[in-house]
Amino acid sequence: MISFSGVSKRYPGGQEALQSVSFTIDAGALVFLTGHSGAGKSTLLKLIPGIERPTSGSVIVNGQNVGALKRSAIPVLRRNLGLVFQDQKLLYDRSVFDNVMLPLSFTGQPRREAARRARAALDKVGLLRRERSNPIQLSGGEQQRLAIARAVANRPAALVADEPTANLDADSAAEILDIFVAFNQVGVTLLIATHDDGLVERYGRRVLHLADGRLIGEGSAR
Amino acid sequence: MIGWMRQHRQAIAAALAKLAGQKSAGLASALVIGVALSLPAGGYALLESLRALARGLALDPQLSVFLHVEARRVDADALGARLKADSRVAQLRFVPKEAALNELKTAAGLADVIGALGRNPLPDAFVIRARDTRADALDALAADLRTLPAVAHVQVDAAWARRLAALTGVGRTALLLLAALLAFGLIAITFNTIRLQILTQRDEIEVSKLIGATDAFIGRPFFYLGLLQGLAGGAVAIAIVWGGIALLNAEVRALAESYGSEFRFAFLSPAHTLAVLLFSGLLGWLGAFMSVSKYLREIEPK
Repeated sequence: MISFSGVSKRYPGGQEALQSVSFTIDAGALVFLTGHSGAGKSTLLKLIPGIERPTSGSVIVNGQNVGALKRSAIPVLRRNLGLVFQDQKLLYDRSVFDNVMLPLSFTGQPRREAARRARAALDKVGLLRRERSNPIQLSGGEQQRLAIARAVANRPAALVADEPTANLDADSAAEILDIFVAFNQVGVTLLIATHDDGLVERYGRRVLHLADGRLIGEGSAR
Repeated sequence: MIGWMRQHRQAIAAALAKLAGQKSAGLASALVIGVALSLPAGGYALLESLRALARGLALDPQLSVFLHVEARRVDADALGARLKADSRVAQLRFVPKEAALNELKTAAGLADVIGALGRNPLPDAFVIRARDTRADALDALAADLRTLPAVAHVQVDAAWARRLAALTGVGRTALLLLAALLAFGLIAITFNTIRLQILTQRDEIEVSKLIGATDAFIGRPFFYLGLLQGLAGGAVAIAIVWGGIALLNAEVRALAESYGSEFRFAFLSPAHTLAVLLFSGLLGWLGAFMSVSKYLREIEPK
């Protein structure tokens, strides 16, 4: 599903964010990516939807070499991935419902069908009753759930989440993780970056550990 | 195909929502575009009316031959016989000085003034309709007539109309230049309003790009916004021209009637009205296109 081989990323200015990183995530897996801040987690995640391109090595997603994709092919790649960002990137000028409608509007499907999908996604994260609210009225945990609903609205095969539980209390964090596990149980591939080792240990899944841009440990917690 | 049409429909809806969202700003730029466009469009409408007038007059191949005031009736008769024999003359009408005086008295209400003159200040005159109506033939005939005895003055009535026609030609070129300059101005206006729109929607654009919107999808509402703004500007321009000509005609009617003319400024023809709308719509679209190609690319998620 997602495969890195010998991937390095050097930013302009010489800073080496990733150094020959290699791993493969099979379809249907749930994998945690851990490491201190600055270890290169965000950079690694940005390479998957083509927000950044690798300096060397290859990133293969769904059989496509992301680094070699044409600019015009990137949007389709991103639609097949659900992205959840640390800062959520919600739009505060519209309702909860309209935030989820945004990715559904790209595909030109009938509005009724899009609305049905948006409500289904909101239902899965437990926000259906808040569809008319403005995101600003939601709690931190609810905002993160809204971001997840938007990410899964187009029913992607894989979800990539960057620090989805940062800034959340333990209960909200657990709720978010439970939602991810539920998606994984219906076959969605997940890659979740976090610096919360306690959380990772509790779920006992495969873990990729990054330090200073290198993959130094791979294994399963617990 | 259905999906494609739906996407365009959604883009138009989004553009209308944007237009409704910016309210006064959108209205203001439509007004600016309209006022700017009304100058060449209105000028063109006025000029076309004048050209039609000049064309009508220039076709009238009439010459007026005035005799010396002291010329006697026998001189006039001799000249009349000579003119009648001239093959270039198609039609001849003699206007004796007494008839001219009477006409002046009744027509212009100058009876008192003329009565005070004591003697008739007007000469006998012939009005000639020439066979050959081309401009140089008329000029040659006039030149010949000027050499005849007892002739004081020959006036080619079409001459000033020809000058008017030439003048409107100059006006046309000037208007074309003005229109071209304003077209650049209008593109710049739309370019800038769309740029501001793009910048205020920076977050939405960035998020949309992040989660898989194509550049075409993101740009489409802005194209329609430019197009709609241009069309609205064109409509404002047409309204201004229409109102302006109606206002002018109220005054022109009185003036024209005092000359015994039916002249009125004509409104833009339906084809020209459509052309103004299409032109301004096109300019709006072009401005939006330039703005979108420049600024949409600059917004890249990091």
